[in-house]
Amino acid sequence: MMRKSQALEANALDPMTTHPVMIRKIIWENDDTFTLTLDMSGFAGGFRFLPGQFNMVYVYGVGEAAVSISSDPARPGTLDHTIHRVGLVTTSLAQKKRGDMIGIRGPFGSSWSIDVARGKDICIASGGIGLAPLRPVIYSLLKKREDFGRIIVLYGGRSPLDLLYRVELEKWASDANVEVLVTVDRGDSSWKGHIGVVTSLFQYIKLDARETVAYVCGPEIMMKYTIDELDRRGVPQSQTYLSMERNMKCAVGFCGHCQFGPTFICKEGPVYPLPRVRHLLDRKEL
Amino acid sequence: MFIVELNDLQGLLTALQAGGFTVIGPTVKDGAITFDTLSSIEELPRGWSDVQEAGSYGIRHSEDDTLFSYNVGPHSWKKFLFPARLRLFSARKAGKAFEVDPVSPSAPPKYAFLGVRSCELAAIAIQDKIFMSGPYADKHYTALRKSACIIAVNCVHVGGTCFCASMGTGPRAKDGYDLVLTEIRTDDRHYFVAQMGSPLGKGLLQQVTHREADQKEREQVEKALKAAHDRMGRSLDTHNLPRLLEDNFESPRWEDVAKRCLSCANCTMVCPTCFCSTVEDVTDLSGEHAERWRRWDSCFTTDFTKVAGGNIRMSTRTRYRQWLTHKLCNWVEQFGTYGCVGCGRCITWCPVGIDITAEAAAIRETSMTTTNG
Repeated sequence: MMRKSQALEANALDPMTTHPVMIRKIIWENDDTFTLTLDMSGFAGGFRFLPGQFNMVYVYGVGEAAVSISSDPARPGTLDHTIHRVGLVTTSLAQKKRGDMIGIRGPFGSSWSIDVARGKDICIASGGIGLAPLRPVIYSLLKKREDFGRIIVLYGGRSPLDLLYRVELEKWASDANVEVLVTVDRGDSSWKGHIGVVTSLFQYIKLDARETVAYVCGPEIMMKYTIDELDRRGVPQSQTYLSMERNMKCAVGFCGHCQFGPTFICKEGPVYPLPRVRHLLDRKEL
Repeated sequence: MFIVELNDLQGLLTALQAGGFTVIGPTVKDGAITFDTLSSIEELPRGWSDVQEAGSYGIRHSEDDTLFSYNVGPHSWKKFLFPARLRLFSARKAGKAFEVDPVSPSAPPKYAFLGVRSCELAAIAIQDKIFMSGPYADKHYTALRKSACIIAVNCVHVGGTCFCASMGTGPRAKDGYDLVLTEIRTDDRHYFVAQMGSPLGKGLLQQVTHREADQKEREQVEKALKAAHDRMGRSLDTHNLPRLLEDNFESPRWEDVAKRCLSCANCTMVCPTCFCSTVEDVTDLSGEHAERWRRWDSCFTTDFTKVAGGNIRMSTRTRYRQWLTHKLCNWVEQFGTYGCVGCGRCITWCPVGIDITAEAAAIRETSMTTTNG
């Protein structure tokens, strides 16, 4: 009779132990969002990750938060996390100074598929801090700019002061042939740009829909409308990807918190091809 | 099959103890049959049985002197393999920096579980999948599980809230044990029929006085198990069940059950497959020493799905729906089995007597879709 499955021989990695790393730089992107640059030289060969993956970021004695990686995968010696100050852990992180230590474990989760975009146009649609997990993909695309067609970045923030990575957005537009379209919910006296939700930017671009790959990240409501808009314009669902967020404690599929219907966002996500989750997005309080 | 007389059963415990096992088994404590360390067969609930119904549990003296004439109580084996509280690491301050000491399960207790029922074998197999079969393995669970010895006991008595026959998990222990016993009490005899499930079980049996079972004794086991199968207190129709629940995501029944459900999380605490956990980070007063603890959590707690932008599941309606659809629908896609083994604990220990089998049946009854066929 069979007993004690082969699973008993499963690998014994310990993904639950945090690794102390030093904060090398802190940049305040706006009033409540900041980017921590971490020194990863303690990791042999640096910290390897794929665009779209996330880490569990630990503050000594306080707790952990799941934060997407926002730096360039080709520069594994440092690691950027762009963090919105909102809860206990992120507020503690906001009080950290250069030279302080925090803990990191990861990287976890799935990544944006860049290979599928080779030879195609790319439409990146993001809202708020949703641009952070997409920045590594932009870095990766720009490394091999000639491999891709048009690169369109649609980005929406609450107000002009809330916009992330403003200098870089301008640089991508001027130096790298990236079509950057930015909108805000509310303008101010200095704002000469567009006002409205992210989907309102679609009126300014003409997509070669069947030859376009879309990467979407932002608040869930923004993603839902964006997906509808992409769908309406004929971008195949199989070429549309999005990144989901849920509460996470373990990041390895043990704690149960991040379940989104049949899927664990920490294991199968956070980045999903749209057909995998399309039907789930309409289910309120899933 | 082999026969072990009642008087020789202590030999099994002695063999386990000699093998370095800490023997855990059922015993009467606080008015319930709970799991605790056993040093002798005398500590088993001899002559006790239990009465279970939706929202009610009681033990009483049985009509005979049997050792296993009751069903599962409030404890399950997950309390040993997946402890309710576990330190994941400790850390200490070193100037601006800190150092982390992972807790290594270097010398975990070597457990022998005595009296594991077939539904519980199924539950352990399910938790094996969760904690040991993915890209990551939980090292604490793995260490405890690898060294555990399982002595199962077939259920020849079934309880009022049992429905293992519906879930295909009992009452006969099919696999996942080292040794399985069936207790037989007739007017003049009291013995156990033993079957081996592993070399460890074989080795244990060799240390206990036993003999080959005869034809009549074999038939006795089949008869007893058949009778148990036919006397299940509850049943759950699993025909097309995942699809039925998929199609009834907005069933009015969720609102109905939410009016009764207290969101107390009892069902998830007693469930032998529920695996959700959270973590707590603490420091001592000086801040020089920090620890991270894992503890059981429940999808019924208010901040379970809290994210920066708000809370995903805001009502009891959606929390109960998450729990039931996880057990009977999403689990199948996640792990290839139902997350329910039909043990009935959630029904018995629900303070208001909510019955998962009744809720599933009500959804089936009110379903407007063709999956109800």
